[in-house]
Amino acid sequence: MEFAELIKTPRADNVVLHRPFHQAVEGTLCLTGHHLIFSSRRNDNAEELWLLHSNIDSIEKRFVGSLGTIVIKCKDLRIIQLDIPGMEECLNIASSIEALSTLDSVTLMYPFFYRPMFEVVEDGWCSFQLEQEFEFLCSMTNEWRLSYVNKEFSVCPSYPPAVIVPKSIDDEALRKVALFRQGGRFPVLSYYHKKNGMVMMRSSQPLTGTNGRRCKEDEKLINATLRTGRRGFVIDTRPLGVAQQARAKGGGFEQEVHYPQWRRIHKYIERFNILQESLIKLVEACNDQSHNMDRWLSKLEASNWLTHVKELLTTACLAAQCIDREGASVLVHGSEGTDSTLQVTSLAQIILDPRCRTIRGFESLVVREWLQAGHPFQQRCAQSAYSNSKQKWEAPVFLLFLECVWQIHRQFPCSFEFNEQFLIMLFEHAYASQFGTFLGNNENERAKLKLPQKTMSLWSWVNRTEELGRFQNPIYEANSLVIWPSVAPQSLQLWEGVFLRWNRPSKFLEEAEEERIRIIKYNKALQAKVNALRRQLAEMETDEAAQ
Amino acid sequence: QVEQVKLLDRFSTSNKSLTGTLYLTATHLLFIDSSQRETWILHHHIAAVEKLPLTTSGCPLVIQCKNFRIVHFVVPRERDCHDIYNSLLQLSRTAKYEELYAFSYNPKQNESEQVKGWQLIDLAEEYKRMGVPNAYWQLSDANRDYKICETYPRELYVPRTASKPIIVGSSKFRSKGRFPVLSYYHKNKEAAICRCSQPLSGFSARCLEDEHMLQAISKANPSNRYMYVMDTRPKLNAMANRAAGKGYENEDNYSNIRFQFVGIENIHVMRSSLQKLLEVSGTRGLSVNDFLSGLENSGWLRHIKAVLDAAVFLARAIAVESASVLVHCSDGWDRTSQVCSLGALLLDSYYRTIKGFMVLIEKDWISFGHKFSDRCCQLDGDPKEISPVFTQFLESVWNLTEQFPQAFEYNEAFLLQIHEHVHSCQFGNFLGNCQKEREELKLKEKTYSLWPFLLAEQKKYQNPLYNPDFCPELTLLEPNTVSFNFKFWRNMYHQFDRSMHPRQSVFSLIMNTSEQNKQLEEDIKELEAKIKQRNGQSDVVLVKEHEQTAHPAPVALKTPPCFQKEQPPMPVNDAVRTIEGSNTADNRYSELVSEFSKAEPAVVSLEYGVARMTC
Repeated sequence: MEFAELIKTPRADNVVLHRPFHQAVEGTLCLTGHHLIFSSRRNDNAEELWLLHSNIDSIEKRFVGSLGTIVIKCKDLRIIQLDIPGMEECLNIASSIEALSTLDSVTLMYPFFYRPMFEVVEDGWCSFQLEQEFEFLCSMTNEWRLSYVNKEFSVCPSYPPAVIVPKSIDDEALRKVALFRQGGRFPVLSYYHKKNGMVMMRSSQPLTGTNGRRCKEDEKLINATLRTGRRGFVIDTRPLGVAQQARAKGGGFEQEVHYPQWRRIHKYIERFNILQESLIKLVEACNDQSHNMDRWLSKLEASNWLTHVKELLTTACLAAQCIDREGASVLVHGSEGTDSTLQVTSLAQIILDPRCRTIRGFESLVVREWLQAGHPFQQRCAQSAYSNSKQKWEAPVFLLFLECVWQIHRQFPCSFEFNEQFLIMLFEHAYASQFGTFLGNNENERAKLKLPQKTMSLWSWVNRTEELGRFQNPIYEANSLVIWPSVAPQSLQLWEGVFLRWNRPSKFLEEAEEERIRIIKYNKALQAKVNALRRQLAEMETDEAAQ
Repeated sequence: QVEQVKLLDRFSTSNKSLTGTLYLTATHLLFIDSSQRETWILHHHIAAVEKLPLTTSGCPLVIQCKNFRIVHFVVPRERDCHDIYNSLLQLSRTAKYEELYAFSYNPKQNESEQVKGWQLIDLAEEYKRMGVPNAYWQLSDANRDYKICETYPRELYVPRTASKPIIVGSSKFRSKGRFPVLSYYHKNKEAAICRCSQPLSGFSARCLEDEHMLQAISKANPSNRYMYVMDTRPKLNAMANRAAGKGYENEDNYSNIRFQFVGIENIHVMRSSLQKLLEVSGTRGLSVNDFLSGLENSGWLRHIKAVLDAAVFLARAIAVESASVLVHCSDGWDRTSQVCSLGALLLDSYYRTIKGFMVLIEKDWISFGHKFSDRCCQLDGDPKEISPVFTQFLESVWNLTEQFPQAFEYNEAFLLQIHEHVHSCQFGNFLGNCQKEREELKLKEKTYSLWPFLLAEQKKYQNPLYNPDFCPELTLLEPNTVSFNFKFWRNMYHQFDRSMHPRQSVFSLIMNTSEQNKQLEEDIKELEAKIKQRNGQSDVVLVKEHEQTAHPAPVALKTPPCFQKEQPPMPVNDAVRTIEGSNTADNRYSELVSEFSKAEPAVVSLEYGVARMTC
């Protein structure tokens, strides 16, 4: 298919762009296969706006006489308005945008066409291999092995080719366990806690069904992670009732009789459309420039977003607590093990593992616990808060995870190597990107699409020195401790950097942030200078003494 | 003195507690725990003491303070508890001003320092700074002996054209004699903020002198022929007042006025709103939705927004329309003080400096007779007079500092410290209800002024991000008052609940770094001077003793300031870069697991040590 077929009016002049807290500007609008480009060259400070079609969540059009207006709502939550003279032009442009922003085929997406303007120093597709992670693990313990049982994606289609499992369990056993877990997602290692050797595993629900099926290999596998005489915790991200109902559909949970060494804890983490609706309501509340305080607070409450944040953080803290404080190993799962499970395991690692609070460590965490672990990004992030499609599989699971990281970041602002912008950048790229990283739903699909060969990795771009500067936290000081966040409602805040980003004037806040950075940088410069002068003085003194 | 008393954490669900000794002094309640940490509570800060039903571990005693600290003691013996309870009840209720702490507080200053301290803020100087007296405004001696209005200061500024009979006549037509006077004069726009109380208009009464008075104010502004009259009350309240012979200005009787209601609720609504807010925020195991709906139901943020909206309206009338504004509520000492002072703060960057803020409080709150004694319950009195009007003012300012991080010379700690001392009765400034009362109490001789003490430690209160050029002297600060800008002020209402705050504070880090930068700049100068000196005398061979620089480790960061003044009673912030792993027991997610570990005695919960790394 040629994009040109979809673009009936590639260019319109005298278009007026409206954005909140900016003056309206007049300029030229151009449509290309992947971008909407607006440029105003009238004044000296020529301004250009490039918007990826895939970033467009929904568009509305209306007419007053022959002046058409298009309101574009983006997945990064921004809303812009374009006034386009001429009814036909406006209709053409609107329908082109609509078609181009909802392309069906992945291979037509921009990452397949994007040619980077920078030199690739390190190929991000190869930056985070499980083998490296395993090597690191081997420096601490020898109880684990790397299994390639899933090399052909035949045992578990949503797992990567390589997984880490207990040494004592052979591939044959893994195949059997896979048949006992939904989607073949047998328990694998998620995190090894160096301090006490405890581990966190993740899987999907066991397929016990109503008649209480059991699988000896499954029991053996997860028991292999326990020390003799010690107990472990199974953290089920569903409430007991839901887990019980799941049995009717063939799912279920680990029953005490068959898993006597494990204690089950049921928590409740929302998923799917409930989460999506929560986001839609929250964004709607934030976009309401209301002067009615009660309405704002009740809308914020009704969105339930912060409740989800609190629940997720609480569960992650609980998992971390079991490992660090109770000295117990943990198995985390919900139903499929591709959403709430990953939220919990990755957040627990943020709390427990200082490595995950560095830029590279966090990237590695996203790769391991989200991309390779088979979180279906393409389904979940197909649409954002302005979508009308209401598909069951769309849900801001990853965004909620990023928000929780931000909440912890806010409480421990010196303990993270990256800044808030880094998290926002990941949010944007998960929804619309020139890079192939977040395309596809799992490694299997990515391999079939040949993404590593045909597209550029986000990490290739981010990890360049030129870009890293923007994402570094100037007040970072490595903190080797476990960081326990407060989950009291008074301690949680709305993530303004995402949800109010386009709705309020941010000039003063940005300037203040610049000033903070200036003070820190100035401090470093001064310290260096003092040291240099001291040295100089000391040298002079020794010279004199020598004379 | 009672031993073996337990101090419980207010929000922790585990029954962990600190054991220590409780002492009762003449002015403070002191708790020293086993690790010798001290908690000081001033008797005047105590708002309520409550004895809870006896438990197996002892008799619980809950003390609520006006600075929003809540402490929960468990006293082993009921008799002791009862004694403490009774003593605290007596000590926290003072009958006479002379028994307040300020009259016994002795900061070891000599008399001239004391006098100088009181002279630090000079309101006559302030009016001069604004540009009055001038061709339109003059100082009136009408109230020199408090004859016209007891609750106003002696020195008042009125339009030149307002003669004494007009003043007297107008004052008779205004509630409590509080006739329209100047509160702030905007030099560039030649417009004024004036304040007064409600007119005694009833349903139809008029007063020619009062009408003349308003006309005089309006004429004193050459750049605009109309003026605004802002009634800060909700319209319904103002109308109800008419039945009592009071009310509001009838636009038909006054020429060229534009009348406007702004709908700030009265002191009783505010009191119960705060009560509700505290109930919600004090709930253990609060869910997000209960918190948000509690916040909504309390109406607290709605009230803060109403106050700030009114101030924005006022400031815009002056800065944009160059119109003078007369502000009043009922008696003109609560809502009027809020709106006038915040309006001036938006208009004039001077009030965003440390000294300027002191002046603002002295002018619009203290001198114009905001009833601090009644509102803060300094003496045992009518509980219906208590109201957090001044707290709301501070909270509104805090909201502005959040929106304009570089516009204010002072920081949050400054606001919290002022709040602390408005209730502490340790300094004379806020005692009593009006200037006349303060003079009768001879406060300037018998007590000390707070301001020099704050100024002496102003380093603690400086905002490291402050940019004096942020906005030119008399340009308007225009806050965004869309609802989502108003946030719950955690550092005020949970100031003492350590577990709720971020474990690492960017603010104190920046503050210390900025402080350190100044020190480093000094060091550089010193070192450069030495090097220069040595270069100069490099020919001279002299073996001087090795001069080790006087400061061996100038880079060591100091512990950040505590919010408290005298004794450092609480562990507010730990050293800047104190990195801690915090404690799981602080947070509520510990519940589940502790249950399990009970069933499983083999698992011993490790006590997590707080590690410190100071750079």
